[in-house]
Amino acid sequence: MNAEVSHEIVLNVNGEVKRFSAPARRLLSDALRGDLGLTGTHVGCEHGVCGCCTVLIDNQPVRSCLTFAIAAQDRKIRTVEGLADADGELHPVQAAFKECHALQCGFCTPGFLMTATALLEQRPNPDEEEITEALAGNLCRCTGYQNIRSAIGHAIELMQSDI
Amino acid sequence: MTTRSFGKPVRRTEDLRLITGQGSFTDDAGSDALSLVMVRSPYANARVVSIDVSEAEQLDGVTAVLTYEDLPDRLAEPLPLLIPHPSLSEPRTQHILAKDRVRYVGQAVVAIFAADRYIGEDAAERVIIEYESKVAVVGIDGALGTNLVHHDVPRNVAADHSEHVGDVASALAEAPHVLELDFEMERSLGSALEGRASHATWDRHSRKLQIQNATQTPTSVRFAVANILEIPDEQVEVFAIDVGGGFGTKVIHPWPEDILTAWGAMNYDRAVKFTEDRVEHFISSSHERGQRHHVKVGFNTEGQILGLDVDFVHDNGAYTPYGMIAPLITATQLPGPYKLPNYRVRFRSVYTNTVQVTPYRGAARPHAVFTMERTMDRIASFLGIDRSEVRQRNFIQPDEFPYDLGMIFQDGRPAIYDSGDYPEMLNKALAMIEWDSFAERRSQAPPGKRRGIGVACYVEGTGLGPYEGGHVRVETGGKIQVSTGLASSGQGHHTVFAQIVADELGVPFEDVEVVTGDTRRFKYAVGTFASRAAVTSGNAVAEAARLVKKKAIALAADALEANPEDLEIVDGQVQVKGTPVRAIPLSQVAVLANPLRYSFSEAAKAATQFAGTTSFDEPPIKPGEDPGLEATGWYSPVRATFASGTHAVEVEVDLITSEVEILRYCVVHDCGRIINPLIVEGQIHGGVAQGIAGALYEKLAYDEDGNLQNASFMDFLMPYCTEIPKIEIDHLETPSPLNPLGIKGAGEAGVIPVSAVIASAIEDAEGFEINQMPLFPSELHSMRLASGRQPA
Ligand code: FES
Ligand code: FES
Repeated sequence: MNAEVSHEIVLNVNGEVKRFSAPARRLLSDALRGDLGLTGTHVGCEHGVCGCCTVLIDNQPVRSCLTFAIAAQDRKIRTVEGLADADGELHPVQAAFKECHALQCGFCTPGFLMTATALLEQRPNPDEEEITEALAGNLCRCTGYQNIRSAIGHAIELMQSDI
Repeated sequence: MTTRSFGKPVRRTEDLRLITGQGSFTDDAGSDALSLVMVRSPYANARVVSIDVSEAEQLDGVTAVLTYEDLPDRLAEPLPLLIPHPSLSEPRTQHILAKDRVRYVGQAVVAIFAADRYIGEDAAERVIIEYESKVAVVGIDGALGTNLVHHDVPRNVAADHSEHVGDVASALAEAPHVLELDFEMERSLGSALEGRASHATWDRHSRKLQIQNATQTPTSVRFAVANILEIPDEQVEVFAIDVGGGFGTKVIHPWPEDILTAWGAMNYDRAVKFTEDRVEHFISSSHERGQRHHVKVGFNTEGQILGLDVDFVHDNGAYTPYGMIAPLITATQLPGPYKLPNYRVRFRSVYTNTVQVTPYRGAARPHAVFTMERTMDRIASFLGIDRSEVRQRNFIQPDEFPYDLGMIFQDGRPAIYDSGDYPEMLNKALAMIEWDSFAERRSQAPPGKRRGIGVACYVEGTGLGPYEGGHVRVETGGKIQVSTGLASSGQGHHTVFAQIVADELGVPFEDVEVVTGDTRRFKYAVGTFASRAAVTSGNAVAEAARLVKKKAIALAADALEANPEDLEIVDGQVQVKGTPVRAIPLSQVAVLANPLRYSFSEAAKAATQFAGTTSFDEPPIKPGEDPGLEATGWYSPVRATFASGTHAVEVEVDLITSEVEILRYCVVHDCGRIINPLIVEGQIHGGVAQGIAGALYEKLAYDEDGNLQNASFMDFLMPYCTEIPKIEIDHLETPSPLNPLGIKGAGEAGVIPVSAVIASAIEDAEGFEINQMPLFPSELHSMRLASGRQPA
C-alpha cells in the first residue's frame, strides 16, 4: 500500500524558522518532539486533557496534541525551551518552580510553565481564583499542586521586583 | 566545618534540566526508531480463533507483524513470576503475546513494528482477529462465582493465606462486645503522566543492547531481558534517566513491550521504541486497591481490642506477576499502631478478567488502614467514647519498642516495629486540627451544609532489603561522582544523596553529582518501591563516602607527613585539625590515589613515576588497596524500619449536591531523621493528593463484560488543582535505630490513611456508616436516601 504524501512545513518556534517535511496528520506535539528535537514538550494523554503538551501559539496556551503542525504555520510558537533568555537566565516562572519545589518528576512541568507564563503575561497580578482558573486544565500526579500554586505567587513577586 | 546540608531544605539539583526542557525521558530518545504498536484484545475472556495480519503487513512502512506463533524460543514462554510465595499455589503470568486465549480487555495479541506510531496504528486497524468470547469474570462477586478465568485454577483462587498471633477464637468468645463489620475499596491506578516506555538499540559492533526504560528497577529489567533473550548480562545496559512518575506501576517488569523492543532492536538491527498511550495505561499496565474485608472484633468496655479476625478477598486481576505482595501487605500492616494480642487474618487472592493488580503507591496499606481505622471508629461509636480516646487506649507505647507483631512482613522477615511515638503523634494531630473545639465549628456550618471531623493513624514498613549499594568517586577535577542502582521518578534522589555524601565526605554540596538507575554506572540494585530508596541507597552512599574519606585521609597523611588521626576534611580540603594551612585538596589526593606512568595534566604530574615517592620498599599500590579515590558501600537492612503518621481532616458536605469539601487537612508524619524537609513535604503533598483522588474522585469502572468504561482522563476523574486543598504538615522525628542515618521511608506515607480519615469525617458529618471508598456524590446521595435521611 502507498506511502503517505508529505508536505513541506515551516514553523516559527522560539523565534527560529524551522522547515521539515511531514504528512498532514502530523500533530504539532509530535512535530516539535520528533521532527524538531524539542522534547521539552511532553505528551501525557494525547487527547487534550492533561495539559502536558501545552505550548504558546501567538501567546495563547494551546494543546499541541490537538493541533496539526501544518495548521500552526505562520504563527508564533513558544515552547519551554524558549523560556529562559539567550544567556541562560531563567524566566521568573522557571526560577519560581525551582525555588518552591513545584516539580517532582518534571513530566507535567513544561505544560505548567507555559500555562503560567501565558497567565502572567496577560494578567501580571492575578488573584487566587484567576490562578486556579488558569491552572485548572493541567494535571500533575506528583506534587498535589500546593507548591505549584506557591510558585505562581513567587513568580509574581520575582516579576514585580524585576521592574 | 563544612556547612551540613542534611536536614536542610536544599533546592533540587534535578530541576534545572527539567524546567528548561532538557529532561531525558524515554520517549525523548529515538525519533527515528521503529515504533512498536500493540493490537490489544477488546474482549475480557475469549478464545483467539484466528488472526489475519496479511493486510497489515503490506502497508508501506511496516517492518513486521507478529503473533504468538512468531515468537522465538524463550519469548514464547510466560513472563516471569517476580515474587513467588508458598501460599501462592496458582500463580499465572501472561505471555508476551496472547496464546490462544485473552483474559482481559487490553491484553496484547499482535505486535507491529512500523516506521512510526501513525503507520503502526494504521496497520493495527488492518489486523483481523476472530475471537470466541466467553462469560467474563468481573469483580469479587464474579470471582467467587462459578465461571473461571483460568480453566485450571479452581474457584479462581490464586492464593489462600492465613496468619495469626494469639488465640482469636477464645478472645472473641470471651470478649464483652463483638462487632462484625464489612469494608470495601475499589480500584484505581498509578496513572503517572508518563506512561510505560522502552527504547532499545543494538550495536552489532560492540555487541551491546542499550535500553532506556521508564522503570523503577533498571537492574532487574537488565537481568530479565538478558535471561529471556538468552544473551550475557554484560551485553545488556539499562538506564532510566528521567522517569515521569512511577507509583509502583513501573516496578513491574519485564512488560511484553520491554522484551519486544529489545528483541526487535537485535533482530531488525534498528532502534525500536514503545511508548504507552493513555488508553493503554488504563487497560494494559496495572491497577490496585480492589479488596473486600470482613471483620470480627472483640473488645472490652474501655474499648481495648481483645481479638481481631479479618477475612478479606483481593481481586488480583487476570495475572499475578508480582505474586501476592499486595494482599500480604494488607495482612501485615492492618494492625497499625495498635496492640493486637490476638489477631488472625486470612485472605484469598482471586482471579478476574480484568487488568492485573500490583502495588500502587501505598501498596494495599490504604485498604488495611481503612479497615482498621473504620473498626476503631465503630468501637468508639458503640461505646460512646471519643474516637481519639479509643485509639489512645490501644496504642503501642513509646517504651514498648522494639515491638514484635508476631507476623512475617513482605520482605520475608519478622514485622518488628523499631521506633515511634504514636500517642504523641495523635496529640499533635488533634491539636493541629483543633479537635476539642470542633463542636463549635460544627454548629457554625452554613445553611445547607453539614460538617464533620475525622482522624486516622497508620504505621508503614519502609526501607526494606535485600540491599542497595552506592559508589562514590572523587575526580581529579574535584567533582564527586556518586551512583546508585535504583532509579528515580521524581523523589529528588539526586539531591538527597548529594546532601548525604557532601556531609559524610566534607565537601560542598554543589560539587557532588549523582546518577541513579544506570546499570553502566552501578550494576547491583533492587529498586525504588516500598518507600525504601532514601533508607537503603542513602545509607549505602553514606557508607561509600565514609570509605572514601578514610582512604583520602590515609593518602593525605602520607603527602602531608601527618598523623591520619590529626586530619579532617573541610570544604573539600584534607587539612591538619587546627592548622588549616597544612592542607591538600581532595582533587589532588585523587591524583595521588592513582599512580601514573602517563601524565594528562599539570596536576597529574605529581602522580607520575619520577615525581618522588615516600618509600621504595612498598609497591605503588599497597597490598589490599585499589587505585583511584573511590569506594563502593552497601547497605543491607536486617529488616524494614517502620514510619508512621496521623492525619486529621475537617469536611463540609453539601446537603443538596452531596459534594464533599475538605476544609482543613492536617498531617503529622514521622519518617525518622529528615534529610530534606522540602522534599519530604512534597512527597506528602503528592501522596495526600493521590489519597484524596482515591477517596472522592477515582474509580476504575468495569462493566459486566469486563470493559473498562472510563479508560481516559475525560472519564477517569484524576484531580486538578481545583480538587486538592492545602495540606498542613507537622513532623515528629523518632530516628530509626536500624540504620546509621536514622532515617525511615517517606514516599508512600501521604496516601495511606486518606480514605480512612475522609470516611471518618463524612460519617461524622452524616451520622450514618461509611463502609466503602471511593465515595462519589451520587453514592453519598443514595446512602442518604437509604438511611432515611431526606436531602435538605
Ligand atoms: S498530551 Fe495534550 S493535553 Fe494531554
Ligand atoms: S511533577 Fe510529576 S506529574 Fe507533575
